Amino acid sequence: MTGGGRGMTSGSAWARLRRDRAAAGAAATLLLIAVFALLAPLWARWTGHPCDAAFPATGLAADGTPRGPSREFWLGADPLGRDVLVRAAYGARISLAVGVLAALLAALAGTAAGTVAGYAGGALDALLARLMDTALALPHLLVAITIATTFQITSAAGSLALTVLVIAFFSFAALGRVVRGQVLVVKERPFIEAARATGAPAARIVVVDVLPNVAAQVAVLTSLLVPAAIVFEATLSFLGVGVRPPMPSWGAMLGEGGAAFRSAWWLLAVPGTLLLLTTLACNLLGDAVRDALGPERGR
Amino acid sequence: MSVLRLAVHRLLYGVAVLWLVSTLVFAFLHLSPVPAERVIGGPRATAGTLRLIRADLGLDDPVPVQYGRFLARLASGDLGDSHAGGEPVAALIAERLPTTLWLVLGAAVLWFAGGVALGVLGATRARGAADRVTTVLVLAGLSTPPFVLALVLLSVLGTGAALFEAGPPMQEHFLRRMTLPWLALAVLMVATYARLTRSAMLDVLGEDYVRTARAKGLSRRRVVYRHGLRAALTPVVTQFGVDLGALAGSTVVIEKVFGLQGVGQLVHHAITLGDTPVIMGVTLLTTLAVIVANLLVDVAYAALDPRVRPA
Repeated sequence: MTGGGRGMTSGSAWARLRRDRAAAGAAATLLLIAVFALLAPLWARWTGHPCDAAFPATGLAADGTPRGPSREFWLGADPLGRDVLVRAAYGARISLAVGVLAALLAALAGTAAGTVAGYAGGALDALLARLMDTALALPHLLVAITIATTFQITSAAGSLALTVLVIAFFSFAALGRVVRGQVLVVKERPFIEAARATGAPAARIVVVDVLPNVAAQVAVLTSLLVPAAIVFEATLSFLGVGVRPPMPSWGAMLGEGGAAFRSAWWLLAVPGTLLLLTTLACNLLGDAVRDALGPERGR
Repeated sequence: MSVLRLAVHRLLYGVAVLWLVSTLVFAFLHLSPVPAERVIGGPRATAGTLRLIRADLGLDDPVPVQYGRFLARLASGDLGDSHAGGEPVAALIAERLPTTLWLVLGAAVLWFAGGVALGVLGATRARGAADRVTTVLVLAGLSTPPFVLALVLLSVLGTGAALFEAGPPMQEHFLRRMTLPWLALAVLMVATYARLTRSAMLDVLGEDYVRTARAKGLSRRRVVYRHGLRAALTPVVTQFGVDLGALAGSTVVIEKVFGLQGVGQLVHHAITLGDTPVIMGVTLLTTLAVIVANLLVDVAYAALDPRVRPA
């Protein structure tokens, strides 16, 4: 990627991205899932089933097992007699929000740490680089479980915030390392030297000259962090240390399905398919953006 | 000489990380809004009992004293006692470790062999069938959480195996019980290793010395395997060290789904009980394992490849 002629590069990148049919399909899928999530209250109204309300009389069979898809429950009921369609829609809100928020937070922290480390150099660089190395070397899920269990947070907002923070902490380092490497390269370019020679303050050089040159890289990495964050949230909630019940998220729904999966396939199929479609579409889109920005670096 | 210096340097770094993590663990224990005596005493313990437990644990001593005692205990290999059952955490882990090691070992062999094989095929026959399979697998591997694959495998292929339930001891039907967990852990990692091997192979095969070997009249096969693969394996081995930490997390989920009584299940059980010493013991030991693995990989790497030695 070259620094000069940025406008032209991004223009043809957009054209390349629009020609990519896989990217178009992925974007359409994500849009559909976002609409599905936004319309959650509408599904609840149409079916007459609020998100956390249980309907054991209509949702469960005589032997207590959940009923499958029917006119009453479009995508079946869960073991408590709650509507899987409605919960999947509200769960989509949680999964998407946590994924996007955590990725943005990680991108912010990673860019800051990587830029400061790369531009400042010296002891500060050594410290930040080591910190990022250490964050990468820790067993992420185990430390996340430790934190979530220690601070036994019972409020819905608290558990959401903690989940976002934990995911962001473990994702910022990977991005920060790449940004640091990029900044080290950009720093040696003549126009930075020129800016320094004019006596511009370091902060100004970083914001005006360095950051625009790493922005494309950060955008690609952030778009790839979103699916990773969604998977992380699903795993935490599946284990019962993510969002608190009865709040739905796709991971929590998969965890709650529990032993009923064998007889009630929809408990696995509905949240599982939504989760897979989302992460697959995010990854496809991220790959497409990366290829469009730098076709010579494509694999 | 410089390999030795690197080893010492890395060792010191490893000790520093371990100290940092254990200090964090100590801080967590103290910041926890649920005090330890509550977990031990249970919901019906009287104020007097709670005071006795606090005194017994030394929780009334000044924090620096407690911190010193905590570090001294750790240094002697004592991870503390479980709040729920009172057993030493080290003994609990030792009891469960074989199951987890078998799980990790089997999966690692599968994904390493599968990944390298697919990667070599992809590099030697770019845009062939293996190459296309790898591309799809990479995407699937990045997008699928291991527990979802595990649930699908178990629902579709599982033959009456317990779902979320404790299975029989490991000795019975070892292979039958382990096949699906191995697959669930390995399939998604195969993709990453295939991609890594492929790009490393392509890099190496473009190097001058490989061209020289071909020009000397060595057969293509011999060049690919003798020269190419050997050099390409070093970054793959490095990645292996990095992935051990992620693997430790995955075992928690896989063991839960397949009802394997390993360290992961120990952690999961401890989560539901709020048994912090167990969770922290496992976290510390896993960190230690990851550090040691990375240390070995780094040193082996430097010993094999003179270019990465520090000047």
